[in-house]
Amino acid sequence: MDLHVTLRGKRQTLQLKNPVLTASGTFGYGAEFSAYGNLSSLGGFIVKGLSLLPRQGNATPRVVETCAGMLNAVGLQNDGVEHFLNKTLPRLPWQHTAVIANIYAASAEEFASLAARLDADERLSALEVNISCPNVKEGGVLFGQDPRLAAEVTSAVCESAPHKHIIVKLSPNVTDIAAMALAVEAAGADSISCINTLQGMSIDYVTRRPRLANVIGGLSGPAIKPVALRCVWQVACAVKIPVIGIGGISCCEDILEFIIAGASAIEIGTANFMDPRAAFTMVQDLPKLCARLGITSLDELRGSLKLD
Amino acid sequence: MKAERCVELTVLDLVPFGQTGSAPLFFALRLTCPNWPQWTPGQFVMVRPFSFGLEIPWARPLGICHVNSQHLICFFQVLGRGTQRLAGVRSGDKVLVWGPLGNGFAMEENTPTLLLAGGMGIAPFVGYVHRHPQPWNLNMLFGHRPPLDCYPVDSINERIPLDTLHETIPGDLDNLIFSLEERIRDNAEQNGLVLACGPLPFLRTVHGFALKYHARAQLSLENRMACGVGACLGCVTKVRKTNKTQAVQSTEYQQVCTRGPVFWANDLVL
Repeated sequence: MDLHVTLRGKRQTLQLKNPVLTASGTFGYGAEFSAYGNLSSLGGFIVKGLSLLPRQGNATPRVVETCAGMLNAVGLQNDGVEHFLNKTLPRLPWQHTAVIANIYAASAEEFASLAARLDADERLSALEVNISCPNVKEGGVLFGQDPRLAAEVTSAVCESAPHKHIIVKLSPNVTDIAAMALAVEAAGADSISCINTLQGMSIDYVTRRPRLANVIGGLSGPAIKPVALRCVWQVACAVKIPVIGIGGISCCEDILEFIIAGASAIEIGTANFMDPRAAFTMVQDLPKLCARLGITSLDELRGSLKLD
Repeated sequence: MKAERCVELTVLDLVPFGQTGSAPLFFALRLTCPNWPQWTPGQFVMVRPFSFGLEIPWARPLGICHVNSQHLICFFQVLGRGTQRLAGVRSGDKVLVWGPLGNGFAMEENTPTLLLAGGMGIAPFVGYVHRHPQPWNLNMLFGHRPPLDCYPVDSINERIPLDTLHETIPGDLDNLIFSLEERIRDNAEQNGLVLACGPLPFLRTVHGFALKYHARAQLSLENRMACGVGACLGCVTKVRKTNKTQAVQSTEYQQVCTRGPVFWANDLVL
Protein backbone atom coordinates (compact mmCIF):
# COMPACT_ATOMS: atom_id res chain seq x y z
CA MET A 1 0.00 0.00 0.00
CA ASP A 2 1.25 3.47 -0.86
CA LEU A 3 1.47 5.46 2.35
CA HIS A 4 2.83 8.56 0.66
CA VAL A 5 1.20 11.83 1.75
CA THR A 6 1.19 15.19 0.00
CA LEU A 7 0.42 18.20 2.16
CA ARG A 8 -0.59 20.77 -0.46
CA GLY A 9 -0.41 24.20 1.13
CA LYS A 10 -1.29 27.54 -0.41
CA ARG A 11 2.39 28.44 -0.83
CA GLN A 12 4.48 25.30 -0.46
CA THR A 13 3.83 21.58 -0.70
CA LEU A 14 5.28 19.10 1.78
CA GLN A 15 5.84 15.50 0.64
CA LEU A 16 5.99 12.75 3.28
CA LYS A 17 6.77 9.08 2.67
CA ASN A 18 4.08 8.16 5.19
CA PRO A 19 1.74 10.03 7.56
CA VAL A 20 3.65 9.21 10.76
CA LEU A 21 5.54 12.16 12.25
CA THR A 22 6.85 12.54 15.79
CA ALA A 23 5.71 15.48 17.90
CA SER A 24 8.01 18.26 19.04
CA GLY A 25 9.31 17.82 22.57
CA THR A 26 8.70 14.07 22.65
CA PHE A 27 11.45 12.91 20.31
CA GLY A 28 14.44 15.07 21.26
CA TYR A 29 16.36 15.97 18.12
CA GLY A 30 15.72 12.51 16.66
CA ALA A 31 19.15 11.07 17.42
CA GLU A 32 17.98 10.09 20.93
CA PHE A 33 15.77 7.43 19.30
CA SER A 34 18.18 6.11 16.67
CA ALA A 35 19.02 3.10 18.87
CA TYR A 36 15.35 2.07 18.87
CA GLY A 37 14.46 2.15 15.18
CA ASN A 38 15.30 3.46 11.72
CA LEU A 39 14.73 7.23 11.75
CA SER A 40 14.54 7.23 7.94
CA SER A 41 11.49 4.96 8.05
CA LEU A 42 9.41 7.73 9.63
CA GLY A 43 7.34 10.16 7.60
CA GLY A 44 9.39 12.77 9.40
CA PHE A 45 10.25 14.09 12.81
CA ILE A 46 9.66 17.46 14.39
CA VAL A 47 12.54 18.49 16.60
CA LYS A 48 12.37 20.00 20.08
CA GLY A 49 11.17 23.63 19.95
CA LEU A 50 13.95 26.00 18.85
CA SER A 51 14.43 29.61 19.87
CA LEU A 52 16.89 32.19 18.55
CA LEU A 53 18.98 32.03 21.73
CA PRO A 54 19.50 29.05 24.06
CA ARG A 55 16.86 28.69 26.78
CA GLN A 56 17.41 27.03 30.16
CA GLY A 57 13.76 26.08 30.61
CA ASN A 58 11.68 26.04 33.77
CA ALA A 59 12.61 24.96 37.29
CA THR A 60 12.09 21.33 38.33
CA PRO A 61 9.94 19.27 38.83
CA ARG A 62 8.85 19.71 35.24
CA VAL A 63 6.93 16.54 34.49
CA VAL A 64 4.34 14.52 36.38
CA GLU A 65 2.48 11.39 35.41
CA THR A 66 -1.32 11.53 35.50
CA CYS A 67 -4.01 8.98 34.77
CA ALA A 68 -3.52 7.93 31.11
CA GLY A 69 -1.39 10.98 30.52
CA MET A 70 1.25 13.36 31.79
CA LEU A 71 1.75 17.02 32.54
CA ASN A 72 4.85 18.86 31.42
CA ALA A 73 6.16 22.33 32.05
CA VAL A 74 9.61 22.02 30.51
CA GLY A 75 9.52 25.59 29.24
CA LEU A 76 11.26 25.05 25.89
CA GLN A 77 14.75 24.22 27.13
CA ASN A 78 16.89 24.15 23.99
CA ASP A 79 20.40 24.91 22.72
CA GLY A 80 19.31 27.70 20.38
CA VAL A 81 19.02 27.74 16.62
CA GLU A 82 22.74 28.17 15.80
CA HIS A 83 23.78 25.15 17.85
CA PHE A 84 21.02 23.14 16.19
CA LEU A 85 22.04 24.10 12.65
CA ASN A 86 25.79 23.68 13.20
CA LYS A 87 26.04 20.76 15.60
CA THR A 88 22.81 18.74 15.61
CA LEU A 89 21.30 18.91 12.13
CA PRO A 90 24.41 17.61 10.26
CA ARG A 91 24.04 14.31 12.14
CA LEU A 92 20.37 13.81 11.24
CA PRO A 93 19.18 11.78 8.20
CA TRP A 94 17.59 14.78 6.49
CA GLN A 95 18.32 13.32 3.02
CA HIS A 96 16.06 10.35 3.79
CA THR A 97 13.17 11.76 5.80
CA ALA A 98 11.52 15.10 6.54
CA VAL A 99 13.20 16.97 9.37
CA ILE A 100 10.88 19.71 10.56
CA ALA A 101 11.93 22.53 12.88
CA ASN A 102 9.46 23.61 15.56
CA ILE A 103 10.02 27.30 16.31
CA TYR A 104 9.18 29.46 19.29
CA ALA A 105 9.67 33.19 19.87
CA ALA A 106 8.35 35.87 22.21
CA SER A 107 7.26 38.33 19.49
CA ALA A 108 6.23 38.39 15.83
CA GLU A 109 9.52 40.14 14.97
CA GLU A 110 11.54 37.44 16.69
CA PHE A 111 9.50 34.74 14.94
CA ALA A 112 10.36 36.47 11.65
CA SER A 113 14.12 36.51 12.39
CA LEU A 114 14.07 32.84 13.39
CA ALA A 115 12.10 31.85 10.28
CA ALA A 116 14.46 33.86 8.07
CA ARG A 117 17.46 32.09 9.60
CA LEU A 118 15.97 28.69 8.73
CA ASP A 119 14.41 29.50 5.35
CA ALA A 120 17.48 28.90 3.19
CA ASP A 121 18.50 25.68 4.91
CA GLU A 122 17.71 22.88 2.47
CA ARG A 123 18.04 20.26 5.21
CA LEU A 124 14.74 21.33 6.76
CA SER A 125 11.52 20.30 5.01
CA ALA A 126 9.15 22.56 6.90
CA LEU A 127 8.70 24.81 9.91
CA GLU A 128 6.12 24.19 12.62
CA VAL A 129 5.18 27.43 14.35
CA ASN A 130 4.50 27.01 18.04
CA ILE A 131 1.85 29.52 19.04
CA SER A 132 0.46 27.20 21.66
CA CYS A 133 3.06 26.48 24.34
CA PRO A 134 1.35 26.81 27.73
CA ASN A 135 4.63 26.80 29.68
CA VAL A 136 6.42 30.05 28.83
CA LYS A 137 5.89 33.50 30.27
CA GLU A 138 6.08 35.47 27.04
CA GLY A 139 4.20 34.66 23.87
CA GLY A 140 3.43 30.96 23.71
CA VAL A 141 -0.21 30.19 24.10
CA LEU A 142 -1.12 33.89 24.19
CA PHE A 143 -0.42 34.04 20.44
CA GLY A 144 -2.62 31.02 19.98
CA GLN A 145 -5.59 32.37 21.91
CA ASP A 146 -6.12 35.58 19.94
CA PRO A 147 -6.91 35.17 16.21
CA ARG A 148 -5.39 38.58 15.43
CA LEU A 149 -2.04 37.78 17.12
CA ALA A 150 -2.03 34.28 15.62
CA ALA A 151 -2.49 35.75 12.14
CA GLU A 152 0.22 38.34 12.79
CA VAL A 153 2.76 35.67 13.77
CA THR A 154 1.73 33.42 10.88
CA SER A 155 2.15 36.12 8.23
CA ALA A 156 5.46 37.25 9.76
CA VAL A 157 6.81 33.68 9.48
CA CYS A 158 5.37 33.12 5.99
CA GLU A 159 6.94 36.33 4.68
CA SER A 160 10.32 35.53 6.24
CA ALA A 161 10.40 31.92 5.07
CA PRO A 162 8.98 31.95 1.53
CA HIS A 163 10.68 28.66 0.62
CA LYS A 164 9.37 26.61 3.51
CA HIS A 165 6.08 24.82 4.08
CA ILE A 166 4.66 26.53 7.18
CA ILE A 167 2.70 24.46 9.69
CA VAL A 168 0.97 26.38 12.47
CA LYS A 169 0.43 24.39 15.67
CA LEU A 170 -2.81 25.30 17.42
CA SER A 171 -3.77 25.18 21.07
CA PRO A 172 -6.92 23.47 22.34
CA ASN A 173 -7.09 26.06 25.14
CA VAL A 174 -9.47 28.30 23.18
CA THR A 175 -13.21 28.77 22.93
CA ASP A 176 -13.40 28.24 19.17
CA ILE A 177 -10.52 26.39 17.54
CA ALA A 178 -12.10 26.65 14.07
CA ALA A 179 -11.90 30.44 14.30
CA MET A 180 -8.19 30.21 15.11
CA ALA A 181 -7.69 27.83 12.19
CA LEU A 182 -9.44 30.18 9.76
CA ALA A 183 -7.33 33.09 11.00
CA VAL A 184 -3.98 31.34 10.40
CA GLU A 185 -5.19 29.92 7.07
CA ALA A 186 -6.08 33.42 5.88
CA ALA A 187 -2.67 34.66 7.08
CA GLY A 188 -0.89 32.20 4.80
CA ALA A 189 -0.33 28.96 6.75
CA ASP A 190 0.29 25.96 4.49
CA SER A 191 -1.07 23.49 7.02
CA ILE A 192 -2.29 23.28 10.60
CA SER A 193 -1.24 20.86 13.31
CA CYS A 194 -3.46 20.33 16.34
CA ILE A 195 -3.56 19.93 19.22
CA ASN A 196 -0.83 21.13 21.53
CA THR A 197 -1.27 20.21 25.23
CA LEU A 198 -4.28 21.10 27.37
CA GLN A 199 -3.54 23.23 30.40
CA GLY A 200 -3.74 21.27 33.62
CA MET A 201 -2.33 20.90 37.13
CA SER A 202 -1.61 18.29 39.76
CA ILE A 203 -1.55 18.68 43.55
CA ASP A 204 0.20 16.66 46.23
CA TYR A 205 -2.44 16.48 48.97
CA VAL A 206 0.13 15.63 51.66
CA THR A 207 2.46 18.59 51.11
CA ARG A 208 -0.36 20.76 49.66
CA ARG A 209 2.05 21.79 46.93
CA PRO A 210 1.66 21.69 43.16
CA ARG A 211 3.54 18.76 41.66
CA LEU A 212 5.01 21.04 38.97
CA ALA A 213 7.34 23.88 39.92
CA ASN A 214 5.54 25.95 37.28
CA VAL A 215 2.19 25.07 39.00
CA ILE A 216 0.44 24.73 35.63
CA GLY A 217 1.56 22.52 32.78
CA GLY A 218 0.36 20.92 29.57
CA LEU A 219 -1.56 17.63 29.58
CA SER A 220 -0.77 15.07 26.90
CA GLY A 221 -1.20 11.34 26.35
CA PRO A 222 -4.11 8.96 25.72
CA ALA A 223 -6.31 10.98 28.11
CA ILE A 224 -6.58 13.87 25.61
CA LYS A 225 -7.36 11.83 22.48
CA PRO A 226 -11.12 12.55 22.45
CA VAL A 227 -10.43 16.31 22.72
CA ALA A 228 -7.86 16.09 19.94
CA LEU A 229 -10.20 14.18 17.63
CA ARG A 230 -12.90 16.77 18.19
CA CYS A 231 -10.48 19.61 17.41
CA VAL A 232 -9.10 17.94 14.27
CA TRP A 233 -12.61 17.33 13.01
CA GLN A 234 -13.74 20.93 13.67
CA VAL A 235 -10.60 22.37 12.07
CA ALA A 236 -10.71 20.04 9.05
CA CYS A 237 -14.34 21.03 8.44
CA ALA A 238 -13.45 24.73 8.61
CA VAL A 239 -10.31 25.05 6.48
CA LYS A 240 -9.12 23.97 3.03
CA ILE A 241 -5.44 23.48 3.94
CA PRO A 242 -4.22 20.11 5.27
CA VAL A 243 -4.51 19.24 8.95
CA ILE A 244 -1.99 17.22 10.97
CA GLY A 245 -3.59 15.45 13.94
CA ILE A 246 -1.89 15.17 17.33
CA GLY A 247 -3.12 14.08 20.73
CA GLY A 248 -2.90 10.76 22.52
CA ILE A 249 -2.18 8.57 19.50
CA SER A 250 -0.74 5.30 20.77
CA CYS A 251 -1.53 2.74 18.04
CA CYS A 252 -2.42 2.44 14.36
CA GLU A 253 -6.13 2.24 15.12
CA ASP A 254 -5.82 5.72 16.63
CA ILE A 255 -4.12 6.95 13.44
CA LEU A 256 -7.06 5.77 11.34
CA GLU A 257 -9.50 7.60 13.62
CA PHE A 258 -7.62 10.88 13.10
CA ILE A 259 -7.49 10.40 9.32
CA ILE A 260 -11.23 9.65 9.24
CA ALA A 261 -11.75 12.89 11.20
CA GLY A 262 -9.93 14.74 8.41
CA ALA A 263 -6.19 14.60 9.21
CA SER A 264 -3.70 14.16 6.35
CA ALA A 265 -0.86 13.18 8.67
CA ILE A 266 -0.42 12.64 12.40
CA GLU A 267 2.18 13.21 15.12
CA ILE A 268 3.12 10.68 17.80
CA GLY A 269 3.89 12.34 21.14
CA THR A 270 3.64 10.84 24.62
CA ALA A 271 3.54 7.31 23.14
CA ASN A 272 7.26 7.74 22.36
CA PHE A 273 7.85 7.79 26.12
CA MET A 274 5.68 4.72 26.73
CA ASP A 275 7.72 2.69 24.25
CA PRO A 276 10.70 4.21 22.40
CA ARG A 277 9.86 2.00 19.40
CA ALA A 278 6.26 3.29 19.21
CA ALA A 279 6.50 5.50 16.11
CA PHE A 280 8.64 2.98 14.21
CA THR A 281 6.22 0.16 15.06
CA MET A 282 3.26 2.21 13.84
CA VAL A 283 4.95 2.86 10.48
CA GLN A 284 5.33 -0.90 10.06
CA ASP A 285 1.88 -1.85 11.31
CA LEU A 286 -0.21 0.78 9.50
CA PRO A 287 -0.24 -0.92 6.06
CA LYS A 288 -1.07 -4.27 7.71
CA LEU A 289 -4.05 -2.77 9.54
CA CYS A 290 -5.24 -1.05 6.34
CA ALA A 291 -4.98 -4.32 4.43
CA ARG A 292 -6.99 -6.10 7.10
CA LEU A 293 -9.74 -3.48 6.83
CA GLY A 294 -9.68 -3.35 3.02
CA ILE A 295 -8.43 0.23 2.96
CA THR A 296 -6.42 0.75 -0.22
CA SER A 297 -5.63 4.47 0.00
CA LEU A 298 -5.31 7.02 2.76
CA ASP A 299 -6.89 9.62 0.43
CA GLU A 300 -10.06 7.55 0.34
CA LEU A 301 -10.08 7.33 4.14
CA ARG A 302 -9.38 10.98 4.89
CA GLY A 303 -12.42 12.88 6.13
CA SER A 304 -14.67 9.88 5.54
CA LEU A 305 -16.52 10.29 8.84
CA LYS A 306 -20.11 9.11 8.35
CA LEU A 307 -22.62 11.36 10.02
CA ASP A 308 -25.97 9.98 8.94
CA MET B 1 22.36 -12.13 17.51
CA LYS B 2 22.06 -8.35 17.27
CA ALA B 3 21.45 -6.85 20.67
CA GLU B 4 18.29 -4.78 20.77
CA ARG B 5 18.03 -1.77 23.02
CA CYS B 6 14.34 -2.28 23.80
CA VAL B 7 13.04 -5.80 24.35
CA GLU B 8 10.02 -7.66 25.66
CA LEU B 9 11.16 -9.80 28.59
CA THR B 10 9.26 -12.39 30.61
CA VAL B 11 8.89 -12.32 34.39
CA LEU B 12 10.65 -15.34 35.91
CA ASP B 13 9.63 -14.51 39.45
CA LEU B 14 9.02 -11.71 41.90
CA VAL B 15 10.59 -12.33 45.31
CA PRO B 16 9.33 -10.31 48.29
CA PHE B 17 11.89 -9.12 50.84
CA GLY B 18 11.24 -8.45 54.52
CA GLN B 19 8.35 -10.49 55.93
CA THR B 20 6.86 -7.83 58.21
CA GLY B 21 3.37 -9.29 58.40
CA SER B 22 1.61 -6.79 56.19
CA ALA B 23 1.70 -6.78 52.37
CA PRO B 24 5.33 -6.81 51.20
CA LEU B 25 6.70 -3.56 49.78
CA PHE B 26 10.19 -4.63 48.72
CA PHE B 27 10.79 -6.96 45.77
CA ALA B 28 13.46 -8.48 43.60
CA LEU B 29 12.11 -8.68 40.05
CA ARG B 30 13.76 -11.44 38.03
CA LEU B 31 13.34 -11.22 34.25
CA THR B 32 14.58 -13.30 31.31
CA CYS B 33 18.03 -12.33 30.04
CA PRO B 34 18.12 -9.25 27.79
CA ASN B 35 21.25 -10.30 25.79
CA TRP B 36 23.17 -7.08 26.35
CA PRO B 37 26.75 -7.05 25.07
CA GLN B 38 27.80 -5.26 28.26
CA TRP B 39 26.62 -3.16 31.19
CA THR B 40 28.16 -1.17 34.04
CA PRO B 41 26.97 -1.15 37.66
CA GLY B 42 25.18 2.15 38.25
CA GLN B 43 23.34 1.96 34.94
CA PHE B 44 19.57 1.49 34.95
CA VAL B 45 16.70 0.17 32.86
CA MET B 46 13.24 1.48 32.07
CA VAL B 47 10.72 -1.21 33.02
CA ARG B 48 7.12 -1.15 31.82
CA PRO B 49 4.92 -4.18 32.48
CA PHE B 50 2.23 -4.73 29.84
CA SER B 51 -0.28 -4.46 32.68
CA PHE B 52 0.32 -0.69 32.81
CA GLY B 53 -1.89 -0.44 29.70
CA LEU B 54 -2.65 3.13 28.67
CA GLU B 55 -3.52 4.08 32.25
CA ILE B 56 0.06 4.27 33.57
CA PRO B 57 2.04 5.79 30.69
CA TRP B 58 5.58 5.92 32.03
CA ALA B 59 7.96 3.05 32.48
CA ARG B 60 9.74 3.00 35.85
CA PRO B 61 13.52 3.54 36.03
CA LEU B 62 15.09 0.74 38.08
CA GLY B 63 18.76 0.30 38.94
CA ILE B 64 20.32 -2.87 37.58
CA CYS B 65 21.22 -5.28 40.40
CA HIS B 66 22.54 -8.28 38.56
CA VAL B 67 22.74 -9.68 35.02
CA ASN B 68 23.96 -13.08 33.84
CA SER B 69 23.20 -15.42 30.96
CA GLN B 70 19.96 -16.51 32.64
CA HIS B 71 18.38 -13.37 33.98
CA LEU B 72 18.23 -9.66 34.78
CA ILE B 73 17.43 -8.73 38.38
CA CYS B 74 16.14 -5.36 39.54
CA PHE B 75 15.09 -4.35 43.01
CA PHE B 76 12.22 -2.01 43.82
CA GLN B 77 10.10 -0.63 46.63
CA VAL B 78 6.37 0.01 46.29
CA LEU B 79 5.91 3.79 46.54
CA GLY B 80 3.14 4.79 44.15
CA ARG B 81 0.64 3.39 41.66
CA GLY B 82 3.32 2.31 39.16
CA THR B 83 5.39 0.24 41.57
CA GLN B 84 2.13 -1.02 43.14
CA ARG B 85 1.05 -2.38 39.74
CA LEU B 86 4.57 -3.72 39.15
CA ALA B 87 4.29 -5.63 42.43
CA GLY B 88 1.31 -7.45 40.92
CA VAL B 89 3.19 -9.11 38.03
CA ARG B 90 3.33 -12.92 37.96
CA SER B 91 5.71 -15.44 36.43
CA GLY B 92 5.16 -15.50 32.67
CA ASP B 93 3.93 -11.87 32.41
CA LYS B 94 5.49 -9.69 29.73
CA VAL B 95 7.50 -6.58 30.55
CA LEU B 96 8.96 -4.01 28.15
CA VAL B 97 12.55 -3.14 29.09
CA TRP B 98 14.90 -0.63 27.51
CA GLY B 99 18.52 -0.24 28.51
CA PRO B 100 21.12 -0.44 29.85
CA LEU B 101 20.85 3.34 30.20
CA GLY B 102 23.06 6.14 31.47
CA ASN B 103 26.59 6.05 32.86
CA GLY B 104 27.67 3.70 35.62
CA PHE B 105 30.00 4.24 38.57
CA ALA B 106 33.75 4.60 38.19
CA MET B 107 35.63 1.40 39.09
CA GLU B 108 39.31 1.72 40.06
CA GLU B 109 40.54 -1.63 41.31
CA ASN B 110 43.42 -0.35 43.46
CA THR B 111 41.69 2.70 44.94
CA PRO B 112 40.18 2.56 48.44
CA THR B 113 36.52 2.97 47.58
CA LEU B 114 33.78 3.96 49.99
CA LEU B 115 30.23 2.92 49.04
CA LEU B 116 27.45 4.93 50.67
CA ALA B 117 23.87 3.77 50.27
CA GLY B 118 20.64 5.17 51.67
CA GLY B 119 17.54 2.95 51.51
CA MET B 120 16.84 1.72 47.99
CA GLY B 121 20.13 3.33 46.96
CA ILE B 122 21.67 -0.03 47.83
CA ALA B 123 20.44 -1.59 44.54
CA PRO B 124 23.27 -0.60 42.14
CA PHE B 125 25.93 -1.62 44.70
CA VAL B 126 24.85 -5.27 44.54
CA GLY B 127 26.23 -5.43 41.00
CA TYR B 128 29.15 -3.19 41.89
CA VAL B 129 30.58 -5.35 44.69
CA HIS B 130 30.22 -8.49 42.55
CA ARG B 131 31.90 -6.89 39.55
CA HIS B 132 34.80 -5.30 41.47
CA PRO B 133 38.03 -7.31 40.93
CA GLN B 134 39.54 -6.40 44.34
CA PRO B 135 36.65 -6.23 46.80
CA TRP B 136 39.06 -5.86 49.76
CA ASN B 137 39.47 -2.23 48.60
CA LEU B 138 35.77 -1.61 49.18
CA ASN B 139 34.02 -0.60 52.36
CA MET B 140 30.39 0.23 52.67
CA LEU B 141 27.98 2.10 54.92
CA PHE B 142 24.25 1.52 54.54
CA GLY B 143 21.68 3.76 56.22
CA HIS B 144 18.08 2.54 56.25
CA ARG B 145 14.69 3.05 57.98
CA PRO B 146 12.71 -0.14 57.22
CA PRO B 147 14.23 -3.36 58.71
CA LEU B 148 17.46 -4.64 57.19
CA ASP B 149 15.84 -7.78 55.76
CA CYS B 150 13.86 -5.58 53.34
CA TYR B 151 17.06 -5.03 51.36
CA PRO B 152 19.37 -7.33 49.33
CA VAL B 153 22.16 -7.19 51.93
CA ASP B 154 23.09 -10.89 51.89
CA SER B 155 24.30 -10.63 48.34
CA ILE B 156 26.62 -7.76 49.37
CA ASN B 157 27.79 -9.46 52.58
CA GLU B 158 29.01 -12.39 50.47
CA ARG B 159 31.67 -10.12 49.04
CA ILE B 160 32.40 -7.33 51.53
CA PRO B 161 31.62 -6.48 55.15
CA LEU B 162 28.63 -4.18 55.23
CA ASP B 163 28.22 -1.64 58.03
CA THR B 164 24.61 -0.76 58.59
CA LEU B 165 22.92 2.02 60.48
CA HIS B 166 19.23 1.54 61.26
CA GLU B 167 17.50 4.89 61.63
CA THR B 168 14.58 4.51 64.05
CA ILE B 169 14.68 7.58 66.29
CA PRO B 170 15.64 11.18 65.37
CA GLY B 171 19.02 10.82 67.13
CA ASP B 172 20.01 8.07 64.70
CA LEU B 173 20.06 10.59 61.88
CA ASP B 174 22.76 12.60 63.68
CA ASN B 175 24.68 9.37 64.05
CA LEU B 176 24.41 8.65 60.34
CA ILE B 177 25.52 12.16 59.41
CA PHE B 178 28.46 11.88 61.83
CA SER B 179 29.51 8.53 60.32
CA LEU B 180 29.17 9.84 56.78
CA GLU B 181 31.43 12.80 57.57
CA GLU B 182 34.04 10.66 59.31
CA ARG B 183 34.23 8.11 56.50
CA ILE B 184 34.29 10.66 53.69
CA ARG B 185 37.09 12.56 55.48
CA ASP B 186 39.12 9.36 55.94
CA ASN B 187 38.58 8.37 52.32
CA ALA B 188 39.65 11.81 51.09
CA GLU B 189 42.86 11.56 53.17
CA GLN B 190 43.66 8.28 51.39
CA ASN B 191 42.92 9.94 48.04
CA GLY B 192 40.20 7.34 47.55
CA LEU B 193 36.89 7.27 45.75
CA VAL B 194 33.42 7.80 47.23
CA LEU B 195 30.31 6.45 45.50
CA ALA B 196 26.84 7.26 46.79
CA CYS B 197 23.25 6.42 45.93
CA GLY B 198 20.10 7.21 47.89
CA PRO B 199 17.34 9.75 48.41
CA LEU B 200 18.06 13.42 47.74
CA PRO B 201 18.53 14.55 51.41
CA PHE B 202 21.07 11.73 51.84
CA LEU B 203 22.90 12.72 48.65
CA ARG B 204 22.90 16.40 49.68
CA THR B 205 24.64 15.42 52.92
CA VAL B 206 27.23 13.33 51.08
CA HIS B 207 27.66 16.11 48.52
CA GLY B 208 28.34 18.68 51.24
CA PHE B 209 31.01 16.55 52.94
CA ALA B 210 32.59 15.56 49.62
CA LEU B 211 33.08 19.22 48.73
CA LYS B 212 34.24 20.10 52.27
CA TYR B 213 37.00 17.45 52.30
CA HIS B 214 37.77 17.57 48.57
CA ALA B 215 36.87 13.91 48.21
CA ARG B 216 36.63 12.40 44.75
CA ALA B 217 32.97 11.49 44.82
CA GLN B 218 30.30 10.30 42.46
CA LEU B 219 26.59 10.55 43.22
CA SER B 220 23.84 8.60 41.52
CA LEU B 221 20.61 10.60 41.23
CA GLU B 222 17.18 9.03 41.02
CA ASN B 223 14.97 11.74 39.53
CA ARG B 224 11.55 11.05 38.07
CA MET B 225 11.66 10.58 34.32
CA ALA B 226 9.26 9.87 31.48
CA CYS B 227 11.45 8.44 28.72
CA GLY B 228 14.93 7.45 29.94
CA VAL B 229 16.48 8.35 26.59
CA GLY B 230 17.11 12.09 26.95
CA ALA B 231 14.02 13.37 25.16
CA CYS B 232 11.44 14.49 27.73
CA LEU B 233 13.79 16.86 29.64
CA GLY B 234 11.83 16.02 32.78
CA CYS B 235 14.61 14.44 34.85
CA VAL B 236 17.09 17.31 34.49
CA THR B 237 19.40 18.43 37.29
CA LYS B 238 21.49 21.57 37.65
CA VAL B 239 25.11 21.10 36.63
CA ARG B 240 28.02 23.55 36.62
CA LYS B 241 29.08 24.56 33.13
CA THR B 242 32.68 23.66 32.35
CA ASN B 243 33.57 26.93 30.69
CA LYS B 244 36.85 28.01 32.27
CA THR B 245 37.06 31.33 30.43
CA GLN B 246 33.99 32.70 32.17
CA ALA B 247 34.67 34.65 35.34
CA VAL B 248 31.17 34.02 36.68
CA GLN B 249 30.33 30.34 36.96
CA SER B 250 27.14 29.43 35.19
CA THR B 251 24.92 26.37 35.41
CA GLU B 252 22.79 24.40 33.01
CA TYR B 253 20.17 21.67 33.22
CA GLN B 254 21.35 18.23 32.13
CA GLN B 255 19.34 15.05 31.74
CA VAL B 256 19.88 12.58 34.59
CA CYS B 257 18.97 9.69 32.26
CA THR B 258 21.65 10.26 29.61
CA ARG B 259 24.23 12.55 31.26
CA GLY B 260 23.94 10.66 34.57
CA PRO B 261 22.51 9.07 36.59
CA VAL B 262 26.05 9.06 38.04
CA PHE B 263 27.64 12.53 38.27
CA TRP B 264 30.88 13.75 39.81
CA ALA B 265 29.97 15.65 42.98
CA ASN B 266 32.04 18.65 41.86
CA ASP B 267 29.82 19.15 38.82
CA LEU B 268 26.51 19.07 40.65
CA VAL B 269 24.47 21.88 42.19
CA LEU B 270 22.13 20.06 44.55
